[in-house]
Amino acid sequence: MRRRVVITGVGAVTPLGIGAEALHGRWAEGECGIVDGAGACSEFEPRDHLSVKEVRRLDRFSQLALVAAAEALAQAGWEGGLPYDSLRVGCVVATGIGGIETVETQHDVMRDRGAKMVSPLGIPQYMPNAAAAAVSMKYGLQGQMYGIVSACSSGGHAIGSGLRMIQYDDADAAVVGGAEATLTAFGFACFHSMQALSPTGISRPFDRRRDGFVMGEGAGMLVLEELEAARARGATILAEVVGYGSTADAHHLTAPDPSGVPAARAIELALRDAGVGPGDVAYVNAHGTSTQLNDAAETVALKRVLGDEQAHRVPISSTKSAIGHLLGAAGAVEGVATVMTLKTGVIAPTLGYEEPDPELDLDYVPGEARPLRAANGGPPVAISNSFAFGGHNVCLAFRGAGE
Amino acid sequence: MATVTSEQVQQRVVETLASFGPDADSITRESTFEELDIDSLDLVELAQVVEDEYGVVLKGEDMKQLKTVGDAIDMIVARAE
Repeated sequence: MRRRVVITGVGAVTPLGIGAEALHGRWAEGECGIVDGAGACSEFEPRDHLSVKEVRRLDRFSQLALVAAAEALAQAGWEGGLPYDSLRVGCVVATGIGGIETVETQHDVMRDRGAKMVSPLGIPQYMPNAAAAAVSMKYGLQGQMYGIVSACSSGGHAIGSGLRMIQYDDADAAVVGGAEATLTAFGFACFHSMQALSPTGISRPFDRRRDGFVMGEGAGMLVLEELEAARARGATILAEVVGYGSTADAHHLTAPDPSGVPAARAIELALRDAGVGPGDVAYVNAHGTSTQLNDAAETVALKRVLGDEQAHRVPISSTKSAIGHLLGAAGAVEGVATVMTLKTGVIAPTLGYEEPDPELDLDYVPGEARPLRAANGGPPVAISNSFAFGGHNVCLAFRGAGE
Repeated sequence: MATVTSEQVQQRVVETLASFGPDADSITRESTFEELDIDSLDLVELAQVVEDEYGVVLKGEDMKQLKTVGDAIDMIVARAE
């Protein structure tokens, strides 16, 4: 029988504040962390959490990952040391872009002061695996360790990779997640020129008036453990990761396949992996970017895989309505939000959703939060979707911890 | 080139090392880089500051021989003369 994997700790740094509870609690209360068209982590002061050396040696995306990881490990009760052989603890931290601020800064140095003055920390700060390396080094995690790069699906892939690592007995536990910090002049310029960003600066997924995504920054981290080992050490179980599915569109560099077929297959694979059917899904944490194309394609995919009736019945909400699009961190932060939904029994709404699009006719949880209800008795099952530039589709299925 | 005093160099080196992490108060001529948790990447950055400030080029081979803060100060002062 396949090893089961549970979540014993979550952490987040997002535009809604420091902490997983700030993320889900404030979102559920209708608070939006987007200011002037960007989701900045304005409450995050690196020196409040990290040493001079850590701050100096790490790009902002790695700093965010370390702080989210500290929260997740503390919640798991790992503060005093690892409860496992360190060589049996993996670490996967995703990012879409990596340390873009470092690249910009060091490129300025090279242009203004010459190549010889470029910092030797340039590459170790910029490299997309830097956050994984920083978390591994801080906590002595010596199992499989790497970064994952699949744009806005990266965080989802990281959780899925940690799940498989433990299921296949390559590790007993894993610290997984994603981090992103791209709110730089160059980052905005690039996404602007693609016309991907909302010109109004409003993130309102699935609404008729949606006009692009709002870029955000932050990190989400989770501690995964093999179920029996977690039970044996008396850990508090927050939720179980029960399914993972992933496919590719092979359609277009940035636009999703409008048929929704590969995206629907990723969801179907996650449900099959979890051993549940469409009728068991009690909540969908949507990718929901607030772009015309994504929200339409995701709606089509959900109808395709869940069936028309169940697709209309299940509540669907987008975390991006409250924090914007955290790119490579999105899947991890939204995984954390989904776990918090299962833990608290509260479904947060899609903020700003007021005017339905005639083509998008599902229940996007407008207005306010509502209670989560298990679809078929037993602990509820929720899924979290991630889709990305490049055509990466990921779906993760989580089950509540139950009694 | 104008000569620089050992005191001037010491002040600049301590200031630079302190910006890398260790407390300025804990940095003396006798401090080893190892105990200050100053590694090879930090030393390359120190060399860049030194070159910028004093025109003294410290190569990787030079840096490898440095064990203490005093070693670095003496080498910089000697080369700046």
